Amino acid sequence: MASMAQAIRMALHFAEENMGLKDVFGQDVGAPLGGVFTATQGLKTAWNTPLDERGIISMATGIAMTGERCVAEIQFADYIFNTMDLLKIAGNTNWVSNGNYTLPMVVMTPVGAGIRGSVYHSHSFDAWASRLPGWKVVMPSNAREAYGLLLAAIDDPNPVLFLKPKALMRVRGDELIPGEPADQKELKNRIDAPLGDTRHKWRPQWPALEELKIKIGEARVTREGDQLTVVSYGRHLLMCNKVADDLKADGHSVEIIDLRSIYPYDWQAIKKSVSKTRKVLFVNEDTEVTNFAEHLAYRVTQEMFYQLDAAPRVLAGKNLPGIGLHPNLEENSVPQNHDIENACRELIAEMP
Amino acid sequence: MALQNVPVKSKKSAAKAAKKKTPKALPLPKELLIRMHSLMVKARVLEERLIKIYKNGDAYFWIGSPGEEAFGVPLGLLADKGQGPQHDYLHLHYRGTPTLTAMGMPMIDSIRLIMNKATDTSTGGRNFCNHYCFPQWNVVPVSSPIEVQYGTAMGTAHVQRRTKGSRGISIVTGGDAGTAEGDFASAMIWASRPGRELPMLMTVQNNQWGISTDYKSQHGETNIVDRAKAFHIRTQIVNGNDPIESYLILSQEMEYIRKTRKPVMIEARVSRLYGHSSATGANLIPEEDCLLDFEKLLLKNGVLEEKTAKKVWTDYADEAREAQDQARTEAAPQGDTVWENVYANGENADWRKF
Ligand SMILES: Cc1ncc(C[n+]2csc(CCOP(=O)(O)OP(=O)(O)O)c2C)c(N)n1
Repeated sequence: MASMAQAIRMALHFAEENMGLKDVFGQDVGAPLGGVFTATQGLKTAWNTPLDERGIISMATGIAMTGERCVAEIQFADYIFNTMDLLKIAGNTNWVSNGNYTLPMVVMTPVGAGIRGSVYHSHSFDAWASRLPGWKVVMPSNAREAYGLLLAAIDDPNPVLFLKPKALMRVRGDELIPGEPADQKELKNRIDAPLGDTRHKWRPQWPALEELKIKIGEARVTREGDQLTVVSYGRHLLMCNKVADDLKADGHSVEIIDLRSIYPYDWQAIKKSVSKTRKVLFVNEDTEVTNFAEHLAYRVTQEMFYQLDAAPRVLAGKNLPGIGLHPNLEENSVPQNHDIENACRELIAEMP
Repeated sequence: MALQNVPVKSKKSAAKAAKKKTPKALPLPKELLIRMHSLMVKARVLEERLIKIYKNGDAYFWIGSPGEEAFGVPLGLLADKGQGPQHDYLHLHYRGTPTLTAMGMPMIDSIRLIMNKATDTSTGGRNFCNHYCFPQWNVVPVSSPIEVQYGTAMGTAHVQRRTKGSRGISIVTGGDAGTAEGDFASAMIWASRPGRELPMLMTVQNNQWGISTDYKSQHGETNIVDRAKAFHIRTQIVNGNDPIESYLILSQEMEYIRKTRKPVMIEARVSRLYGHSSATGANLIPEEDCLLDFEKLLLKNGVLEEKTAKKVWTDYADEAREAQDQARTEAAPQGDTVWENVYANGENADWRKF
């Protein structure tokens, strides 16, 4: 099975072959490295930019102004913050021009903790991103989802932010991407560049990939249950799945929703599930104060108050200036399995 | 625009052409001089009308271009207008009226914009005066944040660079104070990467002011374009109060970019005749006036007659007043349209309806 990095690479390859994608760019995105997580290795349209995040977002916006599709990368979300006003502009260009200029651009960037990235390689961006009207924001939780969401993002006429959970970049999925060779070794031999200096000459042997588009704005249920709804995305979705499986052994039934799209979000999926379970927990790792999940919890409270058996809850990163490097610090800063499990148990036990 | 493609390729050939048709001192064809004068008047009259509209209370804000006509009009005349990467892209700042006037913008478009009418095709009543957008001419939306247009111009130039047979260039304008922003440095860096140079015309309209901050107090460099030299970007300094010099240098440099696909930076020294914007009063400030000087020159050289010159002013004044009267009768945008065009193709962006 492909890793998420391989899946992203394959999606970009599919798009350059079939969707008119002509530019994939960012710091160290082109040969020889193909991106710090190798997600752009071997692509014929990938190129290296100056070390200039504002330049990267500006370039993407300008390319999109011509109507061409592009995928730009910010090497780590920790370094996207000096582009905030440019992201705002990309998000408001269609609106402020009253429909004259739509911007079909994708910006992808690795987010989140979980790889001992310390203060400046652990930032989340989903809560920030939810405050960029005009953008669509997606975050996959496995390789196949990454493939399908990225193709949908490239296809979309609006700016789309594709958040890559960096802790999942090397994690393999359990479902094949359409066209992916079943043998993991074969895939590696075909599309992973060799280490060392020979990389310059290396060419990938792409498998015959097929289209898979996951509609932006649609969530999916990854575990069915009737005692509690847990809504998450990215790497925390996998943690939530595990907690649901563990709790099942104790006779508990937890429904897990992979939101996938942060904006626009699938309210109908949340509503349907919470109508059944009457309890909801939102889990993500961005900082907890004015967290995107607070909006969702607010909405559940407003629209479903009399159907609830417990107050909606948000489990998110602590409101700290950074993620400390030592595991003791990191693990006490962003939600871990046991935090999710405790919150689930408490909510299941809660009686009105 | 009949004169848009007047074949003036260099100072030399322009001078040759001029010998035949106009007095020695003026190295451009007579019709072009008359046309430039007319467009400069049109832009000035329009801006003065915008100021009146603001002062009448029919607009919330004015910002614009009086004092920049001698540079802006030639720029608009020389731009290759059309849609797509075969033509020029314009990434303007909020002093683009002369350029757009020269490209053929009807006065009423500018007036609808300042009066935030639903009929304003640039923004639908959403944005400030002089924040133009004309997709049919590759005029991308003017955005208020200073200097961001230097960055987006890199993107359109990148596409033009790789578009087969394109002679299109990306034109970006801005002020002097704004060059302190990182995006100005980004443009020089990205436009001059060896082997990947971008067909960009970067202009700086140096009026010696950033709102109330004077040039001398903030610039250690002698000229702004000196900074481009470090990147081996070709540079020019022009007297932006002289439309003839501006035209000649712009046509030569734009031709250079079209041919070589390499960037040029031009610093134009201009005046700021009504201050920064309505925020600083929008009152006439005595500075060198490029339009009055040009008119005098044309009168002196017999290119224009007093009577015709006057008529140019009064005709445009009438046109501007009529455009205002017309715009006044037009509808304002409805409040419930705010959700329109957040996303493309009418897709809903209101979370209440998800
Ligand atoms: C990023 C940003 N900072 C501040 C402002 C407020 N502002 C508007 S115009 C201006 C001065 C610009 O001066 P200059 O670049 O010289 O252009 P000029 O207005 O003189 O033509 C400032 C500070 C802004 N619009 N954008």
